[in-house]
Amino acid sequence: MTKEQLINSSRRTFLKSAVVTTGLLVGFHITGKSVVAAPKSQTFSPNAFVRIGTDNLVTVIAKHIEFGQGSHTGLATILAEELDASWDQIRIESAPADANKYNNLLWGSFQGTGGSTAIANSWMQLREAGAKARALLVQAASSEWNVPVSEITVSDGIVKHEKSERQQAFGALAEKAAQQPAPEQITLKTPDQFKLIGHKVNRKDIGPKTNGTAIFTLDISRPGMVVAVVKRPPRFGGQVKSFDDTDAKDIKGYVGSVTIPRGVAVMAKNTWAAIKAREAITVDWDDSQAEMRGTEQIMAEYRQLAETPGLPARTDGDALAAIAEANQILEVSYDFPFLAHAPMETLDCVIEQTDQGVEVWTGSQIPTGDQHTVATILGLKPEQVTIHSQLAGGSFGRRATSDSDMVSEAAMILKATKGNVPVKVVWTREDDIQGGRYRPAYHHKLKAGLDDQGNITGWQHSIVGQSIVSGTAFEAFLIKEGIDATSVEGATNLPYTIPNISVDLTTTDSKIPVLWWRSVGSTHTAYSTETFIDQLANKAGKDPLEFRRAMLKNHPRHLAALNLVAEKAAWGSPIAEGRYRGVAVHESFSSVVAQIAEISFDNDGLLKVEKVWCAVDCGVVVNPDIVKAQMEGGIGFGLGAVLRNSVTLDEGIVDQSNFHDYEPLRIEDMPEVAVYIVPSEAAPTGVGEPGVPPIGPAVANAIFAAKGQMVTKLPFSEGMPDLV
Amino acid sequence: MITFTLNNETRSVDADPDTPLLWVIRDEIGLTGTKFGCGAGLCGACTVHLDGEPVRSCQTLISDIENQNITTIEGIDGKAAKAVQTAWEDIQVPQCGYCQSGQIMSATSLLSQNPKPSDEQIDEAMNGNVCRCATYVRIRKAIHHASDLMEA
Repeated sequence: MTKEQLINSSRRTFLKSAVVTTGLLVGFHITGKSVVAAPKSQTFSPNAFVRIGTDNLVTVIAKHIEFGQGSHTGLATILAEELDASWDQIRIESAPADANKYNNLLWGSFQGTGGSTAIANSWMQLREAGAKARALLVQAASSEWNVPVSEITVSDGIVKHEKSERQQAFGALAEKAAQQPAPEQITLKTPDQFKLIGHKVNRKDIGPKTNGTAIFTLDISRPGMVVAVVKRPPRFGGQVKSFDDTDAKDIKGYVGSVTIPRGVAVMAKNTWAAIKAREAITVDWDDSQAEMRGTEQIMAEYRQLAETPGLPARTDGDALAAIAEANQILEVSYDFPFLAHAPMETLDCVIEQTDQGVEVWTGSQIPTGDQHTVATILGLKPEQVTIHSQLAGGSFGRRATSDSDMVSEAAMILKATKGNVPVKVVWTREDDIQGGRYRPAYHHKLKAGLDDQGNITGWQHSIVGQSIVSGTAFEAFLIKEGIDATSVEGATNLPYTIPNISVDLTTTDSKIPVLWWRSVGSTHTAYSTETFIDQLANKAGKDPLEFRRAMLKNHPRHLAALNLVAEKAAWGSPIAEGRYRGVAVHESFSSVVAQIAEISFDNDGLLKVEKVWCAVDCGVVVNPDIVKAQMEGGIGFGLGAVLRNSVTLDEGIVDQSNFHDYEPLRIEDMPEVAVYIVPSEAAPTGVGEPGVPPIGPAVANAIFAAKGQMVTKLPFSEGMPDLV
Repeated sequence: MITFTLNNETRSVDADPDTPLLWVIRDEIGLTGTKFGCGAGLCGACTVHLDGEPVRSCQTLISDIENQNITTIEGIDGKAAKAVQTAWEDIQVPQCGYCQSGQIMSATSLLSQNPKPSDEQIDEAMNGNVCRCATYVRIRKAIHHASDLMEA
């Protein structure tokens, strides 16, 4: 299935089960004692997602990683809501790797986090898990007090029988609840009964993240552990011929080096000694299979390829013929650079051999994938590999690789050293910026025709670039008839009513490893389509907002988001002198986000993004404050990239190395942001990524409004260097 | 051996003089709240206080802090620090949280010296602290909130 199909099929699943939310009863099979796990300790474990202790603590088991988006809090909120727990008694722990219990319901048999699916796929699963646990607590109280189940209420972690004025906390009922048979039916709440969902609920991870006690993989230490940094080939595809570590042997703490498939792993007793030793080691590289091209050459090839149509990704009517007959024609081409994810915590992983197998500590975005990779490298069974999922210092897609990257390096080093001591693999920032797995570079060519009324009659969109999933475990899901869905998403589902549309894709090949980067295909398709729309509106002599509205009659969610953001920003009203505005709307991961950016220029003519208004439709909102935070963060993440981020190569060697030449957005660049949520009763959709795509085109459209010129080569620092 | 004061305790470490303070704090002493982000003084994740002033511990050599007072996120105390930590919770600032120790060290130092900073002064004081989750809107808001808490 393509990703769209996966999402659509999940929507159907929701529609079926959505009946439950209207207050009807849902029946399910009694699976007896397998549902009610026998308590080994004094804990009530009604299902894979929750444990209730006699200490009255409720532990929610999170199958998704927490790397910033608030997924742990969101998942716990959903379960706690149906359980009627008090938020104060909730604790959260990461699930182990187990695809049977903890698979992502939108991904089939994988356990993992990505595609902004954490809440979307868990919504009904965790509501039912909470409701079932609640039913067992009620049964326990019913049996203890000898009163009918129907007379018992639950609120804030207290089970009550009003008539007899009896009540018990969850903890007091836990042991008895564990003895109950599984309930025959459960009732889910109606939205008006929600006390936590849709309300202000504080994140559970804030305290530890303000006093230094939150533990990330980098903070894990094991007795006797060595720290390893890997000297990787300077060119992608390069191999180690030989290395010489003579000079490293003088460095205090240096342990030794081994060749692994990824390069030379340099080990020391501490991180600094490992970093210094790596500098002291010389390696003779074999570049015979390496990528030798530079990005200028690659982009020139892409531009050439765009002259010939690729494989069809969408064909409505006859775009070529419509454009040929048009009253006016516009053609614009775009270049998008390679981008690094640059999460604040660079990649890292700790591995230790035990009597039973190995234990792994890492920010695991695909735990069962990591487990499988480690098992394969070390010749173990997957169940012999224990994954301890850690908090991760950001990812933005970087930790979701099909070959498990830092995890496989750790396993390779453990294998090469025969498992003697635990190993912590640490990537430096240079390793991160130069280590590949970039958002692929793309070239887009758009051509459209307008009739004499200024309506778009034909739209032709050609995309040229590398496939993210080709050759990976995800290929079977995401590539259909030669089209990688992640290369064209956002372009093939162009929402505007245009009679003739063609989208085609030319997939290129290189040895530069590429990967999904927060909002994936929409990182470039939103920019090209939404800035092209503004240029067409300009050619048609129409207001960009009205031009869009007229073509969105079949897309009420887009229209509602646009209308809300336009109302909040008072689009069309006079604005301060020297200020300019741009608008963009885009759907990604089944959420629709519209943004209006207001910009100015300082005395040196440098761009300043002053304010961004943002409207989001992400279905039912589990946690409004987290949704707002994700929009704010997505805007900042996307803005930094379009302003000045680009990974370039010269004869196969990456030019950038750290935050001085791959400089992230800083606080002085951050605009004021106002986020508004479109009310919805539909199932929750994603929020981690959808805030990113509209910001680039919204700002570019504001620049276009100011200067009459569109930035068509990204980042702005290259496409319009006087501005940044 | 190099002796210095860390969070009000005297510490002596046997490390090469060119070892950055960051790695001494993390690997030798085992306090892990101070983070590694770039190793080049470009991101502020490793910010600690040297006599109350924010410094990048990845660029501070252990040989340079002989007999000096170092404070890390684990050791901050006082009116400004408490106000900042409370404000971070009230405004729900952190996302991934990895950079936040450094953000809090810089914010605490700012408010200790300037209890009522403007947006421009906040931007100036905090510009060296990168947050890839871009929690900047909330950092600004939380610093103003902390300033109010200090007055109250």
